[in-house]
Amino acid sequence: MSTGRHTKEEFDAAPWHGKTRKYDIVKEGVIAVVVVSVLAVALSLLLGSPDDTPLTFKGWATSNSDNFYATAVSELAGTSGTATYGAPYNKAADGLNVGPLWLQKWAGASRPIDSVNDFVIAPLSTQVLSTDIASALATWKAATAKDQSTWATNYDSAIAKVEGKLSDVPAGNYGPVPALAQGLTDMAKAGGLDAALLSQGGFFQTDNTKQILFFGDGSYLDDAGTAANLQGGTWGMMNETGRYPGQAWLWLYSFWYQIPPFNNEESKPIGANADAYIMFLMGGLSLGLILIPLIPGIKTLPMRIPIHRGIWRQYYEENGIKRRKH
Amino acid sequence: MSTSENKMWTARLRNAWQRNLPVDKLLPDDQPAYVASWIYVFGVATIAALGVIIASGIVLAFQGPAWYHTSDIGKFTNSMHFWSVQMFFAFMVIHLWGKFWMAAWRGNRVRTWMTGAVTFVVSIATAFTGYLIQTNFDSQWISFEAKDGFNSVGVGAWFTVTNLGQMLLLHVAFLPLILGVITFIHVLMVRRRGVVPPIDALPFDMEVRK
Repeated sequence: MSTGRHTKEEFDAAPWHGKTRKYDIVKEGVIAVVVVSVLAVALSLLLGSPDDTPLTFKGWATSNSDNFYATAVSELAGTSGTATYGAPYNKAADGLNVGPLWLQKWAGASRPIDSVNDFVIAPLSTQVLSTDIASALATWKAATAKDQSTWATNYDSAIAKVEGKLSDVPAGNYGPVPALAQGLTDMAKAGGLDAALLSQGGFFQTDNTKQILFFGDGSYLDDAGTAANLQGGTWGMMNETGRYPGQAWLWLYSFWYQIPPFNNEESKPIGANADAYIMFLMGGLSLGLILIPLIPGIKTLPMRIPIHRGIWRQYYEENGIKRRKH
Repeated sequence: MSTSENKMWTARLRNAWQRNLPVDKLLPDDQPAYVASWIYVFGVATIAALGVIIASGIVLAFQGPAWYHTSDIGKFTNSMHFWSVQMFFAFMVIHLWGKFWMAAWRGNRVRTWMTGAVTFVVSIATAFTGYLIQTNFDSQWISFEAKDGFNSVGVGAWFTVTNLGQMLLLHVAFLPLILGVITFIHVLMVRRRGVVPPIDALPFDMEVRK
């Protein structure tokens, strides 16, 4: 046998003419299906599956109405996470970058969201409102953009100054903003906001982007994620609610968020752009997995680390084949 | 075979198929004697789990995404789907590691490895969209968290994890189709090339055609 790589490749590719054994692959397949089915039935009956009820705006506004109210004000003031996000929702920020690649910005605001109108004004406009809220809504709509901005920014800053404790907010030039925020809070408490945000005036709707983003602007979703041990710093999406296994196959993706510089937002450029760097990293590693047979050093690892001696022990023993140096 | 038949696309395809993958290669009743380890079970176990995933998924698709929140049989079917996915990945990862330590890409089997690795990556995408369409708290959380990663590299402009309709269609139509096709090609490649011989196998066990 030549030791030349080409010839060795030919040997490995050649039809097998050594000893064979009977092997019923169809029977093996049927047994595998039966065993897996029985296991799946047993696990399903014994353990069930995770299914925590989804959060609702009604639940948020009822359990933490001050936070909901303050979030509504931040949407009007343009200071919420959504309003300042950048692409694909708006052009308020450049988004993340990897070196000279500003892919988030370049992709553009393809899913436009106007947090003022989409989250507050349009949902309120779908309701039959009390006189004071209807009047506040009319005042807002008739005002100039400058006035709207002044009122909302003043009120948003005042709430931030008293750290969200609404009863401590001093009087000021807030225009109709307090009434609008109260109207939206009342609407959410009554359950009207969940439907209004989804439908956005239409009948058929299957896009939940607006609800999800609005949720993320307040503390309700975040607190629920922390309570369920789902935050990024604790392996995030890889986990599942309750005591069920989650997406364990995402362990490597979640791993990077646990270590510096990725877990430090202050660290530039990588920590501050961790999401983008990790996506590139995982893309590269996935490509690497596919290309393993072509990567020098990696493709010869199985020859150098003799795990194969255990896999084919019987063959090696029967034929007296000693381990060769590769 | 006539000359005109030689020129026919159908005849060419049939001849190529018969040359490369005759039926005794496709469904052999014996294997080389070295195929004698539990590690060989995990490839077929992965396909078996995929079968249970598809079967339970079809039932879920007929009933719609809200069904399993309220109905006992719906919850059971959803649990079948959930646990078969867990088994699918467990088996596939063991299969992948096994094939890595066998250097199973030897002997013109590079494409077999590659299709297997692509299957793994596509499976992750398919499972991910499945988690997004659970329509429970977990899917709310995952969609909020995951959007930042996709948005950060511009993919979020088209692949919108917060869009239930898009994720639902990708999960039940597009991604399973891709997964099924690649898995089918992978299995055909395994059958065509046969099981990779042991590292350092004896040369007289293999016939080299010069």
